[in-house]
Amino acid sequence: MAAVSTPTDRTGAPDDKRRAGRRKATKKSDRIAYLYLLPAFVLFGIFLLFPLIHGFWISLYQWDGLSASTWVGLRNYGEAFSDPGLRSAFVHSLVLIVFYALIPVSLALLLTAVMSRARHTKGLGFFRVVLFLPQVVASVVVATIWTAIYAPQGVLNDFLSAIGLHAITKPWLGDFTWALPAVGLIGTWVEIGLCLVLFLAGVSQIPRELFEAARIDGAGAIREFFTVTLPGLRPQIAVALTLSVVAGLKSFDLIYVATRGGPGTQTSVPAFEVYHRAFDVGQVGSACAIGILLTLLILIATVVINRVDPGESR
Amino acid sequence: MRNWRHETGRRVALAGVALALAAVAACAPGASNSKPDAKSTGAISTDVAKAGKVTLTEWDINTSGGADTATTQLNKEFEQKYPNVTIKRVARTLNDLKATLKLALSSKNPPDVVQANQGYPDMGAFVKANLLLPLDNYAKVYGWNNTFPKQLLALNKFSSDGKKWQTGNLYGVSQTGEIVGIYYNKKLLKQVGLPLPKTFSEFEADLPKIKAKGQLPIQFGTGDKSPAIHLFGVAQAAIAGKQEVRDMVASSGSAKWTDASTVQSAQVVSDWAKKGYLTAGANGLTGDEASANFGKGQGVFRIDGTWRLAELDQAMGSNVGFMSPPPMKAGQPSATEGGEGLAWSITSKTKHADVAGAYLNFITDAHAEDVLAKTGNLPAVQPPSYTPKAGSLNADIFAAWKTISQEDGLTPYLDYTTPTFYDTITSNLQQLIGGKLDPKAFTKALQADAGAFKQSN
Repeated sequence: MAAVSTPTDRTGAPDDKRRAGRRKATKKSDRIAYLYLLPAFVLFGIFLLFPLIHGFWISLYQWDGLSASTWVGLRNYGEAFSDPGLRSAFVHSLVLIVFYALIPVSLALLLTAVMSRARHTKGLGFFRVVLFLPQVVASVVVATIWTAIYAPQGVLNDFLSAIGLHAITKPWLGDFTWALPAVGLIGTWVEIGLCLVLFLAGVSQIPRELFEAARIDGAGAIREFFTVTLPGLRPQIAVALTLSVVAGLKSFDLIYVATRGGPGTQTSVPAFEVYHRAFDVGQVGSACAIGILLTLLILIATVVINRVDPGESR
Repeated sequence: MRNWRHETGRRVALAGVALALAAVAACAPGASNSKPDAKSTGAISTDVAKAGKVTLTEWDINTSGGADTATTQLNKEFEQKYPNVTIKRVARTLNDLKATLKLALSSKNPPDVVQANQGYPDMGAFVKANLLLPLDNYAKVYGWNNTFPKQLLALNKFSSDGKKWQTGNLYGVSQTGEIVGIYYNKKLLKQVGLPLPKTFSEFEADLPKIKAKGQLPIQFGTGDKSPAIHLFGVAQAAIAGKQEVRDMVASSGSAKWTDASTVQSAQVVSDWAKKGYLTAGANGLTGDEASANFGKGQGVFRIDGTWRLAELDQAMGSNVGFMSPPPMKAGQPSATEGGEGLAWSITSKTKHADVAGAYLNFITDAHAEDVLAKTGNLPAVQPPSYTPKAGSLNADIFAAWKTISQEDGLTPYLDYTTPTFYDTITSNLQQLIGGKLDPKAFTKALQADAGAFKQSN
């Protein structure tokens, strides 16, 4: 990249020889670099690229997974867009992004502001472990635990009754209004620890002097957060958003275990639809089309989010 | 320079993609298999001992309880009888089996014997793709046509193109029977002062009386989606009658899901939910949880299948009874959803069809039924050598099964209707029970699914 903008371009001859030599060297080291990348690329090709292309290929067919298939071109994609059930599945996953990404990132930022000021609090490590724990537990276990919590006679309703809020108890995962937020909150619970650990690590990388300078200038906790902490955390926020938005978009296991898309189709999401169509109802072509669309959506989301981080685009 | 390199890179990448596309394009997914021929009668060898050294791979869903014990025992006995045969067993839960069986069957080396679910979604799709062997000649040789009631054999039959169910070739035999009926808590029923209902209207009339006494009439949960089918199925079998339900599921005849009787059945279920005869929040309670609640003494009735036998017997002992759903008019035969356990089928690519045929016969003959009964299962055909303990849940269930089989009262599971019907009926039932859908709109959604399938089939 540097070669293009060096001033020698304009001044001409004297540097040409040196540049040519350097170019040769770059070329050689480039080739060696590619060689190092080759094993990774072969693995990527076999396990990701080929299945992806194959998946796209199948998405052009109407296929039940067993008998002969029929070529339908892009019809599966057309149907994906015109199917109101599927459209609402995509809307549901947008709602889940709020719960999986926006709320955890905001809450984690708040917690970071508090915890980074109280750096010497005893037992900080303990809190970090507790908050990070949901990330480590298998999501099927997480879903099973929360299903029990949300059950009509589960812990949550017992608790609400005990504090005199019996009127608002309900079968959370079976309620048409509350099922999706209820599943979303499980996601919030899972993702918040990851965000917090990232942010706490990020804060420790911000030069101490910046905080001291802010304090000398008379900044309070809030001012300090917005002028020093938040800008300093931009790379970590980008990473946290990328990971959690992707997690929200591809959420499958929580839905599969907790609600199977119910009640009705109130919590169906694209990733669940992919599985459901491919393995339950024998619409493999349609499942692949949704999978490809979901992949595209995740790619776009990732690219957009990474604009947040100036370090990446510079 | 930089641009050029970039261009080349892009061209190489594009060429790669094109090449890969061309490679996969060479074969459309789902290459068609050739039609398996039914072996002619003369060629069948029933002498397993002469088959040489054989390994038979078998996939079943009997992962737990009495079903697992029975399968293990029968496999061991078969190996003892024929030391030249080794049985390789793969047991998976129904959901896991359903999800993986398609891939296994379409692979180069499928298992020899598999348990396939009846109806269009599974067995029909396998037959259509030529993955199962027609068993009619084995049925003749081993006399299955005489040992099994016609009605049960029909559930395992398909036309050879997989398009018409309950007719054509036989593609499997089943070991066990199952029906959906009404479990009742004897103590609670006595407490509220009600006799066992003899008609469906008596049953319906009992519900408000039970509620007035402060008890829960029907313990019910459908958070995992499938249990609602059985609740609705019982009402529909009573109201619409067996023939109409059979026609609807097999998409034969002129009966439609939007017919008055089915709308009325939906109205009944919707009313039960609205009037609080079902567990509140049934959409957020799984069938297992509801069953456990019933076992703990919550609820007077529970509509569920005979597969809960062992579980409820253990939880409630002599306090639980079972009856088939009462008919509309006293004295009429009752009809209910039910059928048989998953069919044991032979795959079309097996190299040991005759050994597999003998194995199927071995695990369904009179001795096998005796083993099944003694291990807490409900055999499809009741073995003469086994009598359940009087007054036990076992006795109730055996008696109900016997009557229903003899009086030809079985109606098929509703989700057999089309490959997508399970999905359609379960999510729409959740909406009906949750008050989001009225009975008319509910039946319209069912008919839309069934109609689309009939048109494309």
